[in-house]
Amino acid sequence: MTGLRYVIEPGFFTSGPVHIALAVGTVIAVTSAVVGVFTVTRGQSFAGHSLADIATTGGSGAFLIGVNQFWGYLAFGAGAAAFMEMIGIQRRRGRDVATGVVLGAALGLAALFLYLGTQYSTTTGASFTILFGSMFVLTPSTVPVLITSALIALATVLVLARVLLLTSLSPDLAAARGVPVRAVGMAYLMALAVSVSLSAVIIGAVLSTALLIGPAATALRLAKGPVQAAAVAAAIGVAATWLGILLAYDSYYWPPAGRGWPVSFFVVTLITGGYLISYLRPGGRPAPVPAEPEHACSVALC
Amino acid sequence: MTNDELLRLDNIGVRLGGREILRDVSLTIRPGEFTGLIGPNGAGKTTLLRIMLGLQDVTRGSVLIDGAPRTPRDASIGYVPQKLGIEPDTPLRVRDVVSLGVDGHKLGIRLPSRARRERVDDMLTAVGARRFADARIGELSGGEQQRVMIAHALIGRPRLLLLDEPLANLDISSEQGIVSVLARLAKAEGIAVLLSAHDMNPLMPVMDRIVYVAAGRVATGTTEEVVQPEVLSRLYGQHVDVIRVHGRVLVVAAPEGTDVSEVATADVGVVG
Repeated sequence: MTGLRYVIEPGFFTSGPVHIALAVGTVIAVTSAVVGVFTVTRGQSFAGHSLADIATTGGSGAFLIGVNQFWGYLAFGAGAAAFMEMIGIQRRRGRDVATGVVLGAALGLAALFLYLGTQYSTTTGASFTILFGSMFVLTPSTVPVLITSALIALATVLVLARVLLLTSLSPDLAAARGVPVRAVGMAYLMALAVSVSLSAVIIGAVLSTALLIGPAATALRLAKGPVQAAAVAAAIGVAATWLGILLAYDSYYWPPAGRGWPVSFFVVTLITGGYLISYLRPGGRPAPVPAEPEHACSVALC
Repeated sequence: MTNDELLRLDNIGVRLGGREILRDVSLTIRPGEFTGLIGPNGAGKTTLLRIMLGLQDVTRGSVLIDGAPRTPRDASIGYVPQKLGIEPDTPLRVRDVVSLGVDGHKLGIRLPSRARRERVDDMLTAVGARRFADARIGELSGGEQQRVMIAHALIGRPRLLLLDEPLANLDISSEQGIVSVLARLAKAEGIAVLLSAHDMNPLMPVMDRIVYVAAGRVATGTTEEVVQPEVLSRLYGQHVDVIRVHGRVLVVAAPEGTDVSEVATADVGVVG
């Protein structure tokens, strides 16, 4: 067991902040990963990233007026989701305009809020926390809110799962079957906004899409069916989060000693590493080839 | 013969953004009938399908199913869209897609069941897609995807199956495969099939009736009745010739230099 001493530094299992980080991190990682499978399937990774950028503004605004950053992320994320639905972010033109104008403006505002916030506040490292998160400084009182929000977002997506899959197959087909496609899309975007706000809390607003898209994208390379994809994505998200927390805890003993490296660095690096490894996997899915003409069908059918 | 009518469009007119897309369209579809919805691109075929599916409101006229006005979410109509909006990595196996045909419009989570699995397998066998049941839908060729989507539509036990250009972009053998699967199902299960296509020739052996769409109007009947130069010239509003070669039909516009407006006016005057 002495070998383990070098992997897990003393005090890891008895540290209060570590317990909170593990609990909250797990729930948020699962939610982000499952929501992310639908985000990638629906081709909305861009929307996810936009929500994260705009949530940055909300988080820094909340910091400026002295409110918990999660509410800032959530308010701006949800508002942005409603706005995206209005301007039709699904369309390429809508995306271009949103990228050029809205997201630039949002991050500009975030810069101003962070500057003002640090002028009026003695809290050091607030900008860093908003941009890159920190799992070890979660206030215990916000934990129930975070976990409840995560479970609501997860439940929303699970309840809508079949309808979302049918819609991604063909929106017209879903509409013909009586699915209110726009309302479902809106409900999904809201769950996405909540999910992005939550991962903004733990790995930072700027990096929050990593937890959303990374595990899902890797899972889609490894699993064929929807249930399998969601399970693999959740497993990857949780593994990266746990390992990230462990490494960040250990890094207190790395140079410069006494100051741990950011958890987000480890989580994001692990997720990216996992995605790259999925490409190396020998039995991995080959890159999609253009549809070849169907071979002559079997005699029984023709 | 109202009892015998599955679907009836009565004097349908559609205007979109001030433009008249369809006018005076009337047609009926009966159980077990194989109907070809034929016409050039932009003639209004897709709009007609969307009306039948309840996705497009009409400006005038009425849509009746079993003699009663169409209600939203009518389970008696199955639909196979022209193109799927999916990428190769979409996490849906062929069997997942067919299973969504049963309850993809419902909320909540469904537990796996042996009965459903067998029903899905049977359906896949019926359309000749059983051998790629565990492949991802996005990795299949166009013809394979069409078969899967036909299974998806049929597993909901519709009485009318609508297909939007299912033969577009298929090679000849896939084309024949799809047509024969559909013809067989129409006969065996008594399902009415309505299929849109810009080329009627692959459908000639199986088509009971043709609905020819051009310039927002339709002519209906058997192919012998409809595919005639007078009928089609009146429909197009310009002179067209119908050429028959070895059982195949070509509809061609009058050569350049013909005074088209004069011919068209004359034809409309005579026939209409």
